[in-house]
Amino acid sequence: MNNKPIKDPWTVGDLTLHSRVLLGTASYPSTDIMLKALEVSGTEFVTVSLRRVATQGQGSENLYQLLQERKYHLLPNTAGCFTAKEAVITAEMAREALGTNFIKLEVIADEETLLPDPEQLLEAAEVLVKEGFQVLPYTNDDPVTALKLENMGCVAVMPLASPIGTGLGIRNPHNLELITSRACVPIIVDAGLGTASDVALALELGCDAVLLNSAVARSHDPIRMARAIGNAASAGRDARLAGRMAQKFLAESASPLAGRAWR
Amino acid sequence: MIIRLNGEPQELCDGITIETLVQQQSKADSPQGIAVAQNGQVVRRAQWACTPVSPNDDIEILQAVAGG
Repeated sequence: MNNKPIKDPWTVGDLTLHSRVLLGTASYPSTDIMLKALEVSGTEFVTVSLRRVATQGQGSENLYQLLQERKYHLLPNTAGCFTAKEAVITAEMAREALGTNFIKLEVIADEETLLPDPEQLLEAAEVLVKEGFQVLPYTNDDPVTALKLENMGCVAVMPLASPIGTGLGIRNPHNLELITSRACVPIIVDAGLGTASDVALALELGCDAVLLNSAVARSHDPIRMARAIGNAASAGRDARLAGRMAQKFLAESASPLAGRAWR
Repeated sequence: MIIRLNGEPQELCDGITIETLVQQQSKADSPQGIAVAQNGQVVRRAQWACTPVSPNDDIEILQAVAGG
């Protein structure tokens, strides 16, 4: 039995990836732990935010350089934007700062739920696609919006499992299945995944990849959790390719019924 | 002259360019991973050296930070 991981590359926009895990870089206990977690997860594509430069007491550590040196592909986000206008200028700044036209497009409706505002999201996506960005929109687990984003020219669609930072896992697996069954672009489950089994389920449902941050960074042992997430993604993808057995209402023995003793 | 820099009033020498301002703020000669907007418009890196800062400009200088 060949126990080596199968070669199973996938593409998002013009990028070919081998890991099914995208990881965020925020909220780790330290930069060293963050870098080690990225490494053991196997991720190749990591998210960053854009914020004002710290003019006072800025450390020598430059996150951009640390990630560049390690050859990660960068996925800047528009976290904290509430309107299409804010998201578009933030994306333009990210492209200029980081030299990538990939953008994780987040347009949030309110601080309490951090749920996407579909109206503003669609408006921003349309502008950014026209400006030549490779747009990965963070969206609700709504199959209708997902299809609209795909038709608009987004290179992937990123439905939530549950609200950002909740770790509540996949609340509506049927919606994710509906989205993946109709999509031609990669579906990346973003937000709300809490642990390894959530990741495996996402891949088993047919999603192409997962994006996590808090599940790893806020676990008790981020490095160990990062490894678990990487393994779960591989396991979930393998299970998806293998194909789940048909589910049955009543029990059915796998052992042969014929030839039983004392009958 | 007075400008607004990252949301705060800032006094600067007349005639300063975006490039010099970025170098001062980032404490680096060739700052990496940084973008600048002047009055809501991105100033491309290639234009920094030839773009003057004007009085009352609203300038944002952003960099990559940890994010999810």
